[in-house]
Amino acid sequence: MTVALTASRLATVQADLERRRIRTRWGLVLPAMIVIGVFGIVPLLIILVYSFLVAGGYGGVEWKFTTDAYVSFLFEKDIFDGTFKFVSDYLEIFWRSIWLALLTTVACVVLGFPTAYFMATRPASQRNYWVFLITLPFWTNLLIRTYAIMLIIRDEGLVNDGLRGLGLIDKPVHLLYTNFAIIVGLLYSFLPFMVLPLYSSLEKLDFRLVEAGFDLYATRRSVLWRIIVPLAKPGIIAGCLLVFIPALGAYITPLILGGGGELMIGNLIALQFGTSRNWPFGSALALILMAAVMSALIIYVRTSTERGRAAHG
Amino acid sequence: MPDAVAVEARSVTKQFGSGQESVRALDDVSVTIRENEFFTLLGPSGCGKTTLLRLIAGFELPTAGEILLGGEPVEHLPPYERPVNTVFQNYALFPHMTVLQNIAFGLEMRKVAKGEIDSTVQEMLGLVKMSGLGGRRPAQLSGGQQQRVALARALANHPKVLLLDEPLSALDLKLRQGMRTELKNLQKKTGITFVFVTHDQEEALTMSDRIAVMSQGKIQQLGVPLEIYEQPVNRFVADFIGDTNFVSATIDGQAGSFVRCRSAAGLEFLVTPVAGAATGATVTLAVRPEKITPKAGGNAAKVEQTVYVGTDTTYDVRLPDNTRLNLRVPNALSGQAHFAVGDSIGIEVPPGAARMLQD
Repeated sequence: MTVALTASRLATVQADLERRRIRTRWGLVLPAMIVIGVFGIVPLLIILVYSFLVAGGYGGVEWKFTTDAYVSFLFEKDIFDGTFKFVSDYLEIFWRSIWLALLTTVACVVLGFPTAYFMATRPASQRNYWVFLITLPFWTNLLIRTYAIMLIIRDEGLVNDGLRGLGLIDKPVHLLYTNFAIIVGLLYSFLPFMVLPLYSSLEKLDFRLVEAGFDLYATRRSVLWRIIVPLAKPGIIAGCLLVFIPALGAYITPLILGGGGELMIGNLIALQFGTSRNWPFGSALALILMAAVMSALIIYVRTSTERGRAAHG
Repeated sequence: MPDAVAVEARSVTKQFGSGQESVRALDDVSVTIRENEFFTLLGPSGCGKTTLLRLIAGFELPTAGEILLGGEPVEHLPPYERPVNTVFQNYALFPHMTVLQNIAFGLEMRKVAKGEIDSTVQEMLGLVKMSGLGGRRPAQLSGGQQQRVALARALANHPKVLLLDEPLSALDLKLRQGMRTELKNLQKKTGITFVFVTHDQEEALTMSDRIAVMSQGKIQQLGVPLEIYEQPVNRFVADFIGDTNFVSATIDGQAGSFVRCRSAAGLEFLVTPVAGAATGATVTLAVRPEKITPKAGGNAAKVEQTVYVGTDTTYDVRLPDNTRLNLRVPNALSGQAHFAVGDSIGIEVPPGAARMLQD
């Protein structure tokens, strides 16, 4: 009888424990859920609704349903006969933004990988020091750092003065307000976001695997491509997402270093809410950008898991 | 050619770090490992055995001296150009590759033809009894299976020398004992020279053709397992391999080919003298617990403790001068021990049972 009693009490205690565990779990996640809901999902819904409304004359919206905002992304309505004509202006800006973001991402991987590898191969006691150095730029405002780049690469800046001083050029090389300037600026801003995830995956790498590779006749290059890179893949993917997505929507860098001549999507969207006073079109652009990024991600995940499954079989 | 040399180390010294913090992992070590030999480097952690293995593999370069493989100096060769392969302590299997891909890796790197790779990989899987598991990833395998894959991966390259760095230490006892026999058989079957690093004396004694016992960066003794166990040259070897009683004794005089030694407690030993041992000198003798014969009814020692270990019982006995001896005696047919705590016993050491040490 004692046994039965103990068993039932044990069940009660366990049920109680389980209930408390669930309550704790929800309690822990609730604040984050509220923040995401209020400041993430609600604005997104507002944008979605606005993108289907008519633009107000002085900004804002008129509450009439229309798909004009989406249509005007690709077509222009002739004011006289009302026919639609294909325009590629906005697509070109999208295209250029994707290109610039891609180039930035590639440059970040190329520069970031050796850096992260160097950090990960330091003695454990020194690594935190290197991580600290990587995060150092965050101590200064991005705007100020971007202006600093502007001062360095402008016609009378450090780079051109130096090249002229060395007698390599007579006339200043025009660097500022070019796509090159934007990429330099984006690269500089986003490099830490590449280095840190790369470092965290390389730090976990078992360097005995590298030795095993050498032992099995792999040259340095084969060890890099067949062992280190595949094992650092999660870090490379995380770094690429952390760089590509914000670079695609960058605002300050193209504004300052592109000089307004070289627009990126971020600037185009900002323009609709500012000077152009076309909130629905701005909203539509933001949603098209989001849809493009998300579908690219989904396609990537699909293909990579399929390939992974194929490799298993 | 049973006496052809597979690996030779000539006066190899390896120093890590510099200045005050430098550590001398290997100190003027010379050793010759023959072809087709199961050679074991045995010693406690930090004795330099793994360092010597890494020097042979090419992961480290000697501070002084040279390493020769098949008679050729290999200092200038990186690991991937040496005809040796390693089985790593924790296997170091590539986690992102299947078993097949792991085993094929070395062959692919050497640009072996695809058809030949496939047949070699299948042959290796069969050799280590893993056929049918080629599609698994290392994480889906047990420790023992990972061990087999690591072996197959190294052997697939048909190396001249296979280096094994404590390959059994991560396995549980039963598996380890099974793998001992298998490793030994594998070595015989393939005819590859095995250089095996371990800190486990039982592993070394049961598998090796020859053993080098190492301590503090030096080889203390080199010989076949029987020599290492029966004729340890110094205190370290006698102590590290098996259980030993150390007895301090004085040389009394000649007795045939032996010399007679007497301990402070009056025990008499007939031992083979080492070079330079003169009458009257004090020497250290090593006596294995199982070589001492207790006699009922004597009064040379008193039993202080008995430990039942299944087949045997070990006795901790105290001599009149308060020194202790450890005895190991097979139990009677009934399993009963021959003596109990408090019994007085006689002690007899057969001629040649004790071993005079060099230091």
